[in-house]
Amino acid sequence: MLETTIRAQAKSKDILLMTHIVIGYPSLEDSYRLVKTMVEAGVELMELQIPFSEPIADGPVILRANQEALATGITVEQCLDFAERVAREFDIPFLFMTYYNILFKYGVAKFAAAMAERGLKGAIVPDLPPEEAGEYLRAMAANGLDPIFILAPNSPDYRLKLIAENAGGFVYCVARKGVTGAHTEFSREIDAYLARCRKATELPLALGFGVSSREDVEFLKGKADIAVVGSQAVRVFDRDGVAAVGTFIKGLR
Amino acid sequence: MRNRGYYAEFGGAFVPEILAATFDELEAAFAAAKNDPAFWAEYVEIMSTYSCRATPLTFAENLTRHFGGAKIYIKREDLNHTGAHKANNVMGQGLLVKRMGKKRVIAETGAGQHGVATATMAARYGLECTIYMGEVDVLRQRPNVFWMERLGATVVPVKDGSRTLKDAINEAFRDWVSNMDNTHYVLGTACGPHPFPEMVTYFQSIIGQEARRQILEREGKLPKRVYACVGGGSNAMGLFSGFMDDPVELVGVEAGGHGLDSGLHAARLASNDASIGVAQGYKTYFLQNGDGQMQETHSIAAGLDYVGVSPILSHLHTRGRARFEAATDREVVDALSLTMRKEGLIPALESSHAFAQAFKEAPTLSPDDCIIINQSGRGDKDIFTVADAFEDPAWRQFIRDKAEQYHA
Repeated sequence: MLETTIRAQAKSKDILLMTHIVIGYPSLEDSYRLVKTMVEAGVELMELQIPFSEPIADGPVILRANQEALATGITVEQCLDFAERVAREFDIPFLFMTYYNILFKYGVAKFAAAMAERGLKGAIVPDLPPEEAGEYLRAMAANGLDPIFILAPNSPDYRLKLIAENAGGFVYCVARKGVTGAHTEFSREIDAYLARCRKATELPLALGFGVSSREDVEFLKGKADIAVVGSQAVRVFDRDGVAAVGTFIKGLR
Repeated sequence: MRNRGYYAEFGGAFVPEILAATFDELEAAFAAAKNDPAFWAEYVEIMSTYSCRATPLTFAENLTRHFGGAKIYIKREDLNHTGAHKANNVMGQGLLVKRMGKKRVIAETGAGQHGVATATMAARYGLECTIYMGEVDVLRQRPNVFWMERLGATVVPVKDGSRTLKDAINEAFRDWVSNMDNTHYVLGTACGPHPFPEMVTYFQSIIGQEARRQILEREGKLPKRVYACVGGGSNAMGLFSGFMDDPVELVGVEAGGHGLDSGLHAARLASNDASIGVAQGYKTYFLQNGDGQMQETHSIAAGLDYVGVSPILSHLHTRGRARFEAATDREVVDALSLTMRKEGLIPALESSHAFAQAFKEAPTLSPDDCIIINQSGRGDKDIFTVADAFEDPAWRQFIRDKAEQYHA
């Protein structure tokens, strides 16, 4: 399971890196090159986002990547094929990130089975709170997959408990209010927030939203187990291309 | 959030974790208000002094004679302040905002009616106000943009996705997840995550309560059928609420656009093109493809141009309590034209969908029967669209001359 892999990696590293791509943005070939580059640059985990037409939790950078990927005509089946290929070729855990409707329309049980069959390890579904996740949790468990849930700085205690009870693999702590890609102030408040999350769950903690520099990653060492880099890698790619993404990631630690 | 707001399989609250606490707060504030008799009394008082409640029920004598069937009554939501039923929901949520102590409101708008209503409420209650509106709608409803800005609101044109109502809702949510501490999202229709469908219906139910009382006073009996257009479904839920426990047929009319076979429509319940899905925080019928990606919709009426529909209406549909039909753009313009000529009333293009369907059915009913059509809004805002539909030459000349003046 994911937790074991993460713990094993964490023994030899101060902090792990998880990166994110939108499958099919700007093309499937580019997505493949991005994965290859990121893995070669040393990332320990990757989120593969299946594009959705209504990505309400995403900010402008990833929103546009979703739209442009969909405009190329990409399908869920192609995303599954893509995930299968990279999971076979690269020896790191891959997760799906997408919105619940993609799973719901595919059939939640069928989707989880397809994920397992194609070598994925878990999923992040930001618009699926544990209260609505009964079928999803059963399907993920039945296929040995980890359901990664999100915690927020304003999550009340009862939700910390609820999420800790249902989460698997690790817990994704969003650093702040807002959508993906905006600036985050890495401050003592984040220390206190991560300490609160740590108290709520035994699982490893990932911190994301606004992580964009070596300083940000440095700040998180010893506080979070995984730093999540999303929008910033897309920005680097848009500006300077695939090779620059490799340099950017190597420069984060 | 303990109560998930399900209507059989429809509804729910599929919200990102960052908003969970905000929804808890909203649900608690709404529950407290509902249990406080003074709250509803305050609401009715405001609606009768700031808006125009009770709105009249107009007997459409000429239309009745024209069709020779059921007596046609029209519930005049167009006579609300800002010209539509939207004021009911907005003033109600405004009272909740005051109770919650928030200082800023945001809203999505399609036709612009909900945006204008929200901007008036914000001005009245001294709140900061930002309105999200799809770029396509900004272009076709320019007069409402003008009024929102004059009322002190910031109007943000949304350039993502299909650039219509659903994209404005997404953008409003993105604002809300960043600013929920001081901001309330005044969702304009009976859609979205719980408690919005229930809460918007609660405020709009004033329409049905009045209509039921008024028709009984006038006719001494209940209507055979009641008609309302359905975009998100708030005016329909408002009217239907008054007759839910009565032997009255509830008819919702969706946007048939260029026809149900054309693919260019917004009929979620009246066509076979929609399927159940989860988006924008709730589960209902959506116009989506096999992968779950939302489709483009089309309607001559910006306020009906939406991919989803109230989960409560989806429930009424599947249990057979309400019937859903669609009226095409052409039928709608014809119904509007006839209503203007026969009754001197100017329904909004949205509301004209309800008229179009009622006109198809009225002749088949007995003169002993009566029906009610909800005129959810007034048509003045549609002057550019309607003038185009009528290909009015004098109007075109006026626009050309006006443009000339601005060049000068």
